[in-house]
Amino acid sequence: MPTKLSPFLKTCMILGYAFLYVPIITLIVFSFNSSRLVTVWQGFSTKWYVSLLQDDVLLKSAWVSLQVATLAATFAVILGTLAAVALVRLGRFRGRQFFGILTTAPLVMPEVITGLALLLLFVGLEQMIGWPKGRGILTITIAHTTLCMAYVTILVRGRLAELDLSLEEAARDLGARPLKVFTAITLPLISPALVSGWLLAFVLSLDDLVLASFVAGPGSSTLPMVIFSSIRFGISPQINALATIIITAVAIGVMGAGWLLHRKKY
Amino acid sequence: MRELWKKIQDSYAGSYLALIIPYAWILLFFMIPFLIVLKISFSDLKVGLPPYGPLLEWVEEGVLVIKLNFTNFAFIGTDSLYLFSYLESLVIAVLGTIGCLLIGYPMAYGIAKAKPPFRTLLLMLVILPFWTSFLLRVYAWIGILSTSGLLNTALMKVGIISSPLSILDTTYATIIGIVYCYLPFMILPLYASLEKIDYTLMEAAYDLGARPIQAFRRVIWPLSRPGVIAGSMLVLIPAVGEFVIPELLGGSQTLMIGKVLWNEFFTNRDWPVASALAVLMLILLVTPIAIFQRIQERQVRFLDAD
Repeated sequence: MPTKLSPFLKTCMILGYAFLYVPIITLIVFSFNSSRLVTVWQGFSTKWYVSLLQDDVLLKSAWVSLQVATLAATFAVILGTLAAVALVRLGRFRGRQFFGILTTAPLVMPEVITGLALLLLFVGLEQMIGWPKGRGILTITIAHTTLCMAYVTILVRGRLAELDLSLEEAARDLGARPLKVFTAITLPLISPALVSGWLLAFVLSLDDLVLASFVAGPGSSTLPMVIFSSIRFGISPQINALATIIITAVAIGVMGAGWLLHRKKY
Repeated sequence: MRELWKKIQDSYAGSYLALIIPYAWILLFFMIPFLIVLKISFSDLKVGLPPYGPLLEWVEEGVLVIKLNFTNFAFIGTDSLYLFSYLESLVIAVLGTIGCLLIGYPMAYGIAKAKPPFRTLLLMLVILPFWTSFLLRVYAWIGILSTSGLLNTALMKVGIISSPLSILDTTYATIIGIVYCYLPFMILPLYASLEKIDYTLMEAAYDLGARPIQAFRRVIWPLSRPGVIAGSMLVLIPAVGEFVIPELLGGSQTLMIGKVLWNEFFTNRDWPVASALAVLMLILLVTPIAIFQRIQERQVRFLDAD
């Protein structure tokens, strides 16, 4: 139903998109400012990028974050896909509704509650069975997997629900076993959802501050934790430089993925 | 052995593995932790790690006693700071949700009305900020809203104001931050329900003599209500427990419950009171979460039926 937009709607949209993008643009512009003051333009400089590369604490935390995000995204895709398959394909089993509610609950739960709850679990488990020993990359990965799998489940569930069942039926009629049907038919068909689920989970994990702060141990600070503690002391152009790098990487990644998925479709 | 493997492959028992593994994970790492929070909210503070007393205790002759200690809840009830922060969280979250709705609705409506290729681009532009770091997007607002920030500098240059406004470190800044960060969560469900509307209904309303505003109010708005409710819940629920935005933009003036819980846990190291705060926050959020889940279920059932 494409119709012409009224001037009122047009203005609303322009203002809305400006609201979304002006803050991001200012971040990028002032990362190239040679002044320490973030609001006064003093000339073009890339010195904040250079100092960023020499910040060992920051680089170390970035490495921790990348490791956690890769692991958490992978686990979240596996668990989320299994959960979605169970919810869509197993019919009406007992406790299905409860399971459905549990899988999407982490999505809306305030992170302070989930973080506190997980930390208490880890402390309790360590006391009782001695696992996990201390807190660090393992516990952060578990926390992020739990959060991200909710997003993956919703994405994959939507994709599975709109799949044409006759393809799977045809494979079964031709003698394929359930596992074979899943790997040869279902999995390739839902792969776009798996790719976007993995990317989303990866970004969510890379971005999370609250959960990580609760369940991280000494020496396993993630990148958002380091950024947060430095923002608390005021603004610094170095953080702007980091933001610019992250935003550029994400924009390239999202557009690349979008282009790949789009190309596959046609 | 081979026969057995074949049998397993033949049967549908394998597919129940798809159920058991994620179910076990979510029970262990989501359900049980909440029961522990509940348990600890009833225990007393102790020095040491973990800093709380046991709830279950074996007294002589193997009798298991459950000690329920309501002091934490009583403490929260008597200190007006907590009550105040609950109220303030709710007010801020509701105002933030209204802000998202006011900005998001016309945008979603405009996207739904745009031509298809352009629509994809507009949608992508809404989603893109959501993929970039949440923390850094909040950080951007510090530079904009501070006394010597971009907004004040611009307004003073134009001559609208003569002395800088102090917006940063106030509740207003927190609300702006919430509207900014949660806007995509409002627009996407709104767009989803607006896009499904059959707009010939609008033409019919016009033919019957309705003015544009009337046609919108009587046709589009009621039909988009599921999207409005879903979007509002998606914004309201996490906003109530928000920590980063009030901490960075709200200053010491803004007391939101997520921030109070954080301080209770990290600064005062009072785990039982932090747990009690979490339990009370959950009670506050049970109704909106239930509404959200019902919409979610209805939507999925709709998808399943297709």
